[in-house]
Amino acid sequence: MKIIVGQGSCGIAAGAGKIKAVLEQSVEGKYPIGITGCIGMCWLEPIVDVYDDNNNLHRYVKVSEDIAKAIAEAVLSSDFAKACEYEISDEDKLFLEKQTRIALRNCGIINPENIDEYVSVGGYSALKKVLSSMTQDDVINEIKASGLAGRGGAGFPTWFKWNAAKQSKGEEKYLICNADEGDPGAFMDRAVIESDPHSLIEGMLIGAYAIGAKEAVVYVRAEYPLAIIRLQNAIEQARNAGFVGENILGSGFTCDFRIKAGAGAFVCGEETALIESLEGSRGMPRLKPPFPAQEGYWHKPSNINNVETFANVAWIISNGGEAFSDMGTEDSKGTKVFALTGKVKRGGLVEIPMGKTLREVIFDIGGGIKEDKQFKAVQMGGPSGGCIPESLLDTVIDYKKLSATGAIMGSGGMVVMDESTCMVGMAKFFLDFTAKESCGKCVHCRIGTKRMQEILTRIVNGEGKDGDIELLEELCEAIKDGALCGLGQTAPNPVLTTIKYFRNEYEAHINNKKCPAKECTQLLTYEIDKDKCIGCTMCAKKCPVSAISGELKSAHSIDTAVCIKCGQCIANCKFGAISKN
Amino acid sequence: MCKCNCSDSNIDLNLLKPVLDKYSNVKGSLITILQNAQEIYGYLPTEVIYEVASATGNTPAKVMGVATFYTQFRFKPVGKYLIMLCQGTACHVNGSEMIAQTINEELGISDGETTDDGLFTLSCVACLGCCSLSPVMMINDETYGSLTPKKVREIIAELKSRS
Repeated sequence: MKIIVGQGSCGIAAGAGKIKAVLEQSVEGKYPIGITGCIGMCWLEPIVDVYDDNNNLHRYVKVSEDIAKAIAEAVLSSDFAKACEYEISDEDKLFLEKQTRIALRNCGIINPENIDEYVSVGGYSALKKVLSSMTQDDVINEIKASGLAGRGGAGFPTWFKWNAAKQSKGEEKYLICNADEGDPGAFMDRAVIESDPHSLIEGMLIGAYAIGAKEAVVYVRAEYPLAIIRLQNAIEQARNAGFVGENILGSGFTCDFRIKAGAGAFVCGEETALIESLEGSRGMPRLKPPFPAQEGYWHKPSNINNVETFANVAWIISNGGEAFSDMGTEDSKGTKVFALTGKVKRGGLVEIPMGKTLREVIFDIGGGIKEDKQFKAVQMGGPSGGCIPESLLDTVIDYKKLSATGAIMGSGGMVVMDESTCMVGMAKFFLDFTAKESCGKCVHCRIGTKRMQEILTRIVNGEGKDGDIELLEELCEAIKDGALCGLGQTAPNPVLTTIKYFRNEYEAHINNKKCPAKECTQLLTYEIDKDKCIGCTMCAKKCPVSAISGELKSAHSIDTAVCIKCGQCIANCKFGAISKN
Repeated sequence: MCKCNCSDSNIDLNLLKPVLDKYSNVKGSLITILQNAQEIYGYLPTEVIYEVASATGNTPAKVMGVATFYTQFRFKPVGKYLIMLCQGTACHVNGSEMIAQTINEELGISDGETTDDGLFTLSCVACLGCCSLSPVMMINDETYGSLTPKKVREIIAELKSRS
């Protein structure tokens, strides 16, 4: 009998810590309660897995304290029928069954705080293979055969970067992991570090060996405290086990590890900005070339890859590059992890082979739209990406095909939106973000994003003018051309794609002063349906500006000149008598 | 030292000494030093900026330049409870604005402000990475998910009653 509680950040936020304590108390110390990281089914958290004496898995979802007690009772009596009503439904099981997990292979299965569990599932065998029987070129060739490309967004071939860093002259080289997952809506890197930190360490060690680096640094977001703790713990364990440090496994290869906590700046996801930040400066991108492979950290040859990229490496070495490249499309090999969120029924982490369609991810795996509303768009690639409309849902997941839509693969954030999301508001949301996060180095990015943000703010406030759309388009092109780094060059994408696919929404805001999604507060008017209103006076009592009048038991009305559109009346009307239009 | 009387005489710079001893000679450690200093004081007082500058051989302008670049650093004391409200995409789509409005109604503070009683500070932050539980906020390292205005009012009431 084995009892495991999912303890990723999502699980803990949903109350998994409390559930673990209740289980511990309820089984009266007869069974230890283990932990695991993120299972990936975030919408079902907290999740408790029980492997019975025949090693059958009973997975309990949305576990409350009462359900935890029922599970404990089932465990103590070995009568699992007692708690079967709390087990995961067959429909929800499809979420995992339809996935192919490589980067997430151990997530939600092993205990991330125990190196022995990682070793027991074949962990560090790829490192042993590399150190005992492969040259640096062998490793690079294996990665080349796999077709692995950078999973952080750019999609650059990993082997090429490794080879360039290896060929650079000099003894002092660095291997850096970019764990500054700043893209809002993406959390796969956090999940990998919290759930399987050793796979990151092993992938990095293999990369360090391939390029000849003696020092490895993980630059991780300060907003991920649990990831930092688990990674620190994993590095110590790996050091004690002889996988990290001097003369690793007696091979003569030496590599030390260090964590550097970021301090909150989206632009530090750009590799040269990240290097500046590592050196203790403002994270402002450098001019390329020279590329980091030639002159990176402290101006020494450096290689930077993202967490998900490294998480694939040990698997590729163990299974061969071809096994990886057998999956996917002509251009994009292997699998990709997506963080599926927003207005989707089943939100969580999805890893699938490249080549599947967006529709398969959102509808077959994600179960479609919450409350069966109408799908409107999916936002991919965060502030650097774009919104893809329903007509393009059969687009195949592949670097080139996604870029052709105007969005990008990015780091894999996939935020689903329904009919109630305003696309102009969405564009404004991203421009608010990039205008704030622009480092200020390039004029076009610094001032251009600010001007675009102002125009979009005007439009959502009902002050849009003729020619605003064209002005936005002009600014977009100028920023793309005038910015040095990826942040600026891609910042216009959310605006360009929403104009391209949802121009009618822009026009409705500008010409008719209406928000079709009924989201832009300034463009709404609140009305009371006289037939539905029974005159309970609740709305009038809750209205903070006394805009509602009417006698008790007779229909009320709203003075639109006074109304501040706060929505308190709708929230408090029990009869559905108030509407916004 | 600063001559403009902006200093806070309650700042005990001795607390910073172990941090400076450990890092001031390690190149590239400025951000780490500032992070440690903020751990100690809860924010970065002007006196600390000057102390760090002199210990690391930087100008105060350089230290301030680095500190103001990153959103993590604060220059005013924060309340006992630091509410970090997630501004990620998923939270935006699922109504984080409504949550900010509720906090504003309950506590009368907007982004970056602290309540008069010094109990709560609201800070709107970049994605916290708990997107499936959106909208999300973090209060002193504890994460609260699937927020509704009602839930937020209950959480605030509970924290108020604790103090």
